[in-house]
Amino acid sequence: MSNDARTLRDEDPYVAMQSTDEFQELRRKFRGFVFPMTAFFLVWYFVYVLLSIFAPGFMGTKVFGNITVGLFFGLGQFVTTFAITFIYARWANRELDPLADALGSKLDGDKEH
Amino acid sequence: MAAIALPSALPTEAATSVGSPALNIAIFAGFVLVTLVVIVKIARGNKTAGEFYTASGGFSGRQNGVAIAGDYLSAASFLGIAGAIALQGYDGFLYSIGFLVAWLVALLLVAELMRNTGRLTMADVLSYRLKQRPVRIATAVSVLCVSFFYLLAQMAGAGGLVSLLLGVSGEAAQNLVIAIVGIVMITYVLIGGMRGTTWVQIIKAVLLIAATAIMTVWVLGKYGFNLSGLFDAAIEKNPKVGEKLLEPGVKYGLNTTTKIDFISLSLALVLGTAGLPHVLQRFYTVPTSKQARKSVEWAIWLIGGFYLLTLVVGYGAGALVGSAEINAAPGKANSAAPLLAFHLGGSTFLGIVSGIAFATILAVVAGLTITASATFAHDIYKEVIKRGDTTNENEVKVARIAAIVIGAVAILGGMFAKSQNIAFLVALAFAVAASANLPTILYSLFWKRFNTRGALWSIYGGLISTIGLIIFSPVVSGKAPLVEGGPSPSMITNPNIDFSWFPLDNPGLVTIPLAFFLGWLGTVTSQEHNAQKYAEMEVRSLTGHGVAKALDH
Repeated sequence: MSNDARTLRDEDPYVAMQSTDEFQELRRKFRGFVFPMTAFFLVWYFVYVLLSIFAPGFMGTKVFGNITVGLFFGLGQFVTTFAITFIYARWANRELDPLADALGSKLDGDKEH
Repeated sequence: MAAIALPSALPTEAATSVGSPALNIAIFAGFVLVTLVVIVKIARGNKTAGEFYTASGGFSGRQNGVAIAGDYLSAASFLGIAGAIALQGYDGFLYSIGFLVAWLVALLLVAELMRNTGRLTMADVLSYRLKQRPVRIATAVSVLCVSFFYLLAQMAGAGGLVSLLLGVSGEAAQNLVIAIVGIVMITYVLIGGMRGTTWVQIIKAVLLIAATAIMTVWVLGKYGFNLSGLFDAAIEKNPKVGEKLLEPGVKYGLNTTTKIDFISLSLALVLGTAGLPHVLQRFYTVPTSKQARKSVEWAIWLIGGFYLLTLVVGYGAGALVGSAEINAAPGKANSAAPLLAFHLGGSTFLGIVSGIAFATILAVVAGLTITASATFAHDIYKEVIKRGDTTNENEVKVARIAAIVIGAVAILGGMFAKSQNIAFLVALAFAVAASANLPTILYSLFWKRFNTRGALWSIYGGLISTIGLIIFSPVVSGKAPLVEGGPSPSMITNPNIDFSWFPLDNPGLVTIPLAFFLGWLGTVTSQEHNAQKYAEMEVRSLTGHGVAKALDH
């Protein structure tokens, strides 16, 4: 842990890292993605639940054959869940991991020298 | 996750005559034998706590994703949801969606950050920057409660399935099966540890999903791959519900109370999953947060795919078996999927499906037992009683003893609870997880100011309010009997005893916001703040720094 070359030498490495722009950028990016996404899927899920509970007639309206509006909404929940999973995983692999890895090795570097 | 509704009292006298009990038992025994061989082959001695609780983080994201599906898809979710769709149509489907969407909470907010900041148990994360002892005790109490309710539900379900699937009836036979399930589970855990248990879950997940996929294609084939035609047939065979089978409300739309109750249940489901300790424990079995992300990705594809298949299997049972035959069978709704298997492929296919249903219970209870024993040995014994001063060997020894004790408690509890309505046990597990665990998990990962008082108030407040409101809800006492003069579907079946005053079956709508509020209130009334530990936790949670080092531990 002793490190004379470090710029923020008197501080704990984690405290120092936390205040860097790079870390704040990682944090901002992560929260900027997951918070709105969480809000979106929770709202969309509860819209679906409330429609099912309070508007069963509407949900039972047939679109064609025996395929109802409710079935579309229900399958829509699957589609959005799969889509969010896919989008988040791709986004995190591309945007988040390089930043996180770079900061992780920087911390290791700080500790070794 | 177990049942929508394994019925409150399975009729024990009227065992099915469909299928061949001997064949069912043989297939189940075959599964146990094969998995035991696998476990013995891959066992690595379980000498360290890290190996016993988390397989030393040695699984890949994909393997863990399949294991999560095996851990999460319980027998009752297979039998219960298929049965609910067969009899009540859309409402069963609606229920399954909550179980799936819940995984997004785990994916976006919990899995990766937990992997990066914890090592062995859920309390590692919650106590990271707070006062160790009180927070570990509180977390352990909550973890043990959730695991206990969940275990009880699964064991009671095993007893209930007996008369349905194996054709054995009577109290003694059910108790015997519960004991066998418990003993096999303890054996898995002691020999295999987390590594062995994970493989059991992987094998089971593959079998369960494959069997369900075969049934789905088979059913669709019978209706020329025309979903609308399948629905027509289901409506025809269920004249009492009829067209309503295709719209929500048959079960939950009776009156305002049932409607609010469903909202409450939905909230508990969607927020409970990411607070279930045995689910969180699975994230420690992979080495990095990237693999944890991959685990949840795979789990979502598999669990989502499974519930889509269940939709067809459920309506297929409604169409090919029919509501009259399902209602006449022992186990009622739960017999829908096995009866469908019988209608499709005769005794052999029924035997396969029944064997898989039992295998499913085993895989789920083994995962629960590992988690609960890890919590006891690591959080209570090592960190609290011994104040961190004990050897790895001692800790593992305690964990093994804890697994045996927990298994024994589960066996006895299952015998006691087998005639009870187990749906409320599962709802209780989810409600406790969502109220007592999730607020503290989210606060400690995301809220800088959060502190020990906030955690304690939220955990104990969530736990006590959830259990308290359940005790005074209609699931424990005071439900009107389904038939005139019959027993009440409450836990206390005597309709004259009624001390319920809380109207909802599921307390989540009250207790989840309450626990979040208590976490906030406790925090703002306390000055405690450890800036250094917060920095360490936040940096590690996002960068994954120090995870490799922690694994050597």
